[in-house]
Amino acid sequence: MGITFRKETFRDDFTFRNSPEHIRRFPFPFHEDSYMYAVNIEPHVVGPKGSVLENLIDVDEHYVAEMQDRAMVLAEDPLRCQSLPHMTLAGWDLLELLMEQQALGYPEHFTLTRDGDRWRWINRPLGIDDTFTFGDTSTLPYGPVEYITRQSQGDFCILDQRDGNLWMDAGMVTTQADWSLDFDIGMNFFEWHAPVPLAHEKGIFVRALKFLTNIQQGKPARRLNWTMTINPRLDTSPENYHKWGPDRATVTPENVGDKVHLRVELQSFWRLPRSNGIVFPIRCYLIKMDELVTQPKWARRLHRVIRDLPEELANYKGLTRYRPTLVEWLSKLDDGSPTSPGFGPD
Amino acid sequence: MAAKTIISRPIYGTLSPQPGKHHLFLADAEGALAITDMAARAPAGFFDGAEIVFIPGPEGKYVAALEALKPAQLHIAPSFASLLPRLKQTLTNAHMGLRLYLAGTEGLIGQAMQVALEAGIDHTSMQTEHRGSLARRMQCVHCKGITENVTTQPATCSHCGLLLLVRDHYSRRLAAFQGVCINAEDRSEIPPIEEAFP
Repeated sequence: MGITFRKETFRDDFTFRNSPEHIRRFPFPFHEDSYMYAVNIEPHVVGPKGSVLENLIDVDEHYVAEMQDRAMVLAEDPLRCQSLPHMTLAGWDLLELLMEQQALGYPEHFTLTRDGDRWRWINRPLGIDDTFTFGDTSTLPYGPVEYITRQSQGDFCILDQRDGNLWMDAGMVTTQADWSLDFDIGMNFFEWHAPVPLAHEKGIFVRALKFLTNIQQGKPARRLNWTMTINPRLDTSPENYHKWGPDRATVTPENVGDKVHLRVELQSFWRLPRSNGIVFPIRCYLIKMDELVTQPKWARRLHRVIRDLPEELANYKGLTRYRPTLVEWLSKLDDGSPTSPGFGPD
Repeated sequence: MAAKTIISRPIYGTLSPQPGKHHLFLADAEGALAITDMAARAPAGFFDGAEIVFIPGPEGKYVAALEALKPAQLHIAPSFASLLPRLKQTLTNAHMGLRLYLAGTEGLIGQAMQVALEAGIDHTSMQTEHRGSLARRMQCVHCKGITENVTTQPATCSHCGLLLLVRDHYSRRLAAFQGVCINAEDRSEIPPIEEAFP
């Protein structure tokens, strides 16, 4: 019973792999053979058994290794986890949410027991057994955001809602697709999305904000986003861009299958009960091309999506340098036959 | 101003007299002209309740023009860093109804706004007018160092030495534009360095 956690790395020797079961459950983000921005938000409800939606906060075989990678990032750069002073209550809201969800979905790995404000949290995969007073930061080894997000896969943005806008006022961001919490903290929804091309003109952010500010407690929502990453590197931060950027120049026809990864973000949006804030977990899933193309439908579809992607989007996602090599490699796996509707493999 | 801009990039207006008893002006160099231009549109006695803090810069111009406005207080400062303690004290002790006017370079406006935000003043309530140099204050996203008075694109980080693309993405909290390594993927690519923010 329970998950067998892999021993693997997301840096240096890059031993990260997906098991065959995890390839099948990968959240492939394209429901048709082309891609353009849309407000693709839907209710975050439990999905089929064996999918990444089986639990609303997903824990998978990469959990322990991801938490070890996060600890390394934080040791090098503590600015990846920040919280403006008015966000402490929202931090406790988040701690409660993640403890409840992980204990609910994975009772063999996590246990939460509550006696009034006296809480006991057992995290078996990481060997943690802590008793603390809910709401009293002095009883935890870190602030509530840092404490619980050192034990939860994915990045977390905690948004304050005021003046009809959402403000990025706290977060834990170590597995990001090239944006900086340290730079964007304190910005409103439109400001932190400012560098995204095309979507502002399409009114995407106005509609998305309207949706998000109306999220109700107990009714979370979700969307998928995607990009590509060379090597299974979680920390593709702008802070370290000068260190991982050269990877993009290393793609050759021979190593595409091993080096190029589709990176999918399962973003969910939750109203926090005490602070009325919103937490926005950004859960990152990686899959290398060799693994992805074991599902022929995905291989055909990804070829068509990447081939036809508008230049501006390809640039924004950082694909420009290796896109021709990738498209050529994928084209050999696309016989031109139709793909079935929907995300899943055939 | 760049023809195409992004939402996080600050937009500056034209100073206009606001209702209120206390008016605090902060300006550097040509920012003084924004104040004197506004004075022509201000009601009689407006500057009786005004304090002007001015950083003349190396050329030392415009002090006389500001004196002629007869503000309640005119303070001349040699640099932004030197006026910071005074500004913090003024804002900490300010009452409701203090109006803030910022004029001059983006660096001055941004840094003054940063201090005012920390004092709890909403940025939309501040009057701003950009005058003079387009030079940018830039934070290197890699080493976090701030480089002042950036006029070129790309620009070299004065702390870590990386060659940085100066983005339009701007943080009010840091009072800085973001600089990101322009040749991270291949350090041998050296794009031409142009005078972009004179």
